[in-house]
Amino acid sequence: MAKAKAPKRLEFAPNPYSLKNSLTKGNLVTKLSAVVMGLGNLANKQILKGLMFLTIEVIYLYYMLTSGIEAIGLLPSLGDTPTQEVWNDNLGAYEYVIGDNSQLILLYGVVAIVITVAFVVLWRAAVSSAYRAQCYKAEGKPLPTFVQDVKAQFDERLYGTLMVPPFVALCIFTITPLLYMIPMAFTNYSKLGDKLVLFDWVGLETFITVVNPSGVIGRQFWSVLGWTLTWAFFATFLCFFLGTIVAMMINRKTTRIKSFWRTIFSLTIAIPQFVSLLVIRTMFEPNGIINTMLINAGIVDSAVPFFTNTTWARCMIIIINLWVGIPYTIMQVTGILQNIPADQYEAASIDGANTVQVFFNITLPYMLFVMAPNMITSFTGNINNFNIIYLLSAGGPTEVGNSAGNTDLLVTWLYKLSVDQQRYNVAAVIGIFTFVVLAIVSLITYRNTGSYKNEEGFR
Amino acid sequence: MNKDKKTGSLKAQRLVSDIVVHTILAIMAVVWVIPLVWLVLISFRGEAGNNVTTFIPKSFTLANYVKLFTETTTINFPRMFVNTFFIAICSCLISTFFVLAVSFALSRLRWRMRKTYMNMAMVITLFPGFMSMMAVYFLLKAMGLTEGNMIPLALIINFSAGAGVGFHVMKGYMDTIPFALDEAGMLDGATRWQVFTKIILPLCKPMIVYQVITSFLGPWVDFIFAKMICRTSTQYYTVSVGLYTMLEKEYVFQWFNSFAAGAVLISIPISILFIAMQNCYQEAMGGAVKG
Repeated sequence: MAKAKAPKRLEFAPNPYSLKNSLTKGNLVTKLSAVVMGLGNLANKQILKGLMFLTIEVIYLYYMLTSGIEAIGLLPSLGDTPTQEVWNDNLGAYEYVIGDNSQLILLYGVVAIVITVAFVVLWRAAVSSAYRAQCYKAEGKPLPTFVQDVKAQFDERLYGTLMVPPFVALCIFTITPLLYMIPMAFTNYSKLGDKLVLFDWVGLETFITVVNPSGVIGRQFWSVLGWTLTWAFFATFLCFFLGTIVAMMINRKTTRIKSFWRTIFSLTIAIPQFVSLLVIRTMFEPNGIINTMLINAGIVDSAVPFFTNTTWARCMIIIINLWVGIPYTIMQVTGILQNIPADQYEAASIDGANTVQVFFNITLPYMLFVMAPNMITSFTGNINNFNIIYLLSAGGPTEVGNSAGNTDLLVTWLYKLSVDQQRYNVAAVIGIFTFVVLAIVSLITYRNTGSYKNEEGFR
Repeated sequence: MNKDKKTGSLKAQRLVSDIVVHTILAIMAVVWVIPLVWLVLISFRGEAGNNVTTFIPKSFTLANYVKLFTETTTINFPRMFVNTFFIAICSCLISTFFVLAVSFALSRLRWRMRKTYMNMAMVITLFPGFMSMMAVYFLLKAMGLTEGNMIPLALIINFSAGAGVGFHVMKGYMDTIPFALDEAGMLDGATRWQVFTKIILPLCKPMIVYQVITSFLGPWVDFIFAKMICRTSTQYYTVSVGLYTMLEKEYVFQWFNSFAAGAVLISIPISILFIAMQNCYQEAMGGAVKG
């Protein structure tokens, strides 16, 4: 890796007010600010700023003392007390004593940890703010007033103002749920064995169950993974290949009413996918319009098992995905097709190449070259293509005793495992494995795309 | 190329391939349009039930559309429409602001942790959304947002809170605007906030329209999460959940034709918005400020 050897260019000078400098070079007041946040600011007459830091610390300490410490403390055991019926002498009746709820314990524990991390970030800001105040004073520079600070938030520090609201929302509603879901993979939180209220850490047991090909879950995992990759491969390459051909047919010099053909194909993109897919599912039902017409026409004797036979269902899904995907490909490649250097086509026609040869030797290699990053994105998109499976076959047909149907992808199986079957630990493991598959595919390619390597190339 | 014979055979060849190409395109066009035509036909179908035996209905009626707006006791379509519209407007405003803020900060400003944030965003998008869906539900439940009239708020949060990682298109567009404009503005004494609002935002107008429409359409077409949050609270259903419900076993006989009618009704505005979005996107891609 030549990149690693090259000396890393620093985008920024090292921060003179870093935590390390503050704690080693700071005076007593600065050091005390690490205990009482905002002290340094208060001592230097930045009253509002100091009070804000102090308030944050008080709120955090109050939260930790009242519930936070307990929430983190319960994490290792995840609670032990089951809900019990206890005889109450005074009332002369049995009453329920609510026991521990491991799911809530895990949730509150994760939330307490996230809050603590957020607090540490603010604490570092408070300490370096105190040190900055000390340094400014020592250098005789005037300290920024509160109004100036607010103004700076819309100028030099605008990035903070802009990034904080989206980032906080992201932390609360995306990162925290992920941090809460990942530990579930290491527990036995599942309807199986009645572990929905109280569950425990089991380490890597669930991971082993999932990858063990001789177990029930393991066998399904490998077959679902195999189908997911097969599906993603066919869905991506067939759509690309056939879509390119159709786009070329529309783009030919002598093809008439080009915009009419394009409009027809883009109609299907404009209609919400769940509507068109539900309509198609209705058409292909055992007693749906297609089967009825086929039987009436005498082509088949009994209903074709479009979504009830595994092979049929898998083929149907790939074919129907062409209906969904080809218009997208047409949209994407039309512009690229017009950019293929014309001299190559001229040279080919002088050499007497026919249309098929031109397609395989000039057009296709060029398209593959230009579209490669795009195809990887659509490959990962197809691995996660929930809608088409859920709306068409709902993962079916499902064999007796299996939790995954024969057309289930990892994501739809994940959905079934968590929402329908409540086997959260297995669901979490599947989620992590899906992440690993996607990460491998993307890491290889994303880092090789121009937009990541050279984002300022346009300027 | 002057030999008459060769031109003649070339012409014949071209004619044959023209015929072949147009035939294939015509057949494909029919295949592509059939489900949509059928949907429209069903929406005017006179016979009751979901057992369709003929492609073209035997009788036509407007009753399916009327039913959507009159029979509101079991499935309240107008109410669902209003719900979805409200949720779409709110989440569209929030997520457009988030996307613009993040894109500007990542594209025009240079700060510590910038690359870290971009890498983190990439890692987050790699986790399947359905993995954290249950967790989001538990979290919203713990916050008391999954009961009664807090449900719309929960849906708005769900549709907009993750917008901070969806910055790629907008940032890519802002990246093409020359830095000289920012510098010129700042030399004239503009703050970075003024550069953002007065210089960059007006230049991004087509892209903003694209972003607004994309985020507005989200609540109309997504139904998995909405279904999970609403559960049995039918008065908070969005249109997509409602339409999906119409095809469930206990409703499908009664509501099959009206499902088609409802689908046609929401597909028309969505298609128009979608085409507008496409135009804006193409305009943005073609008309970015050249440095």
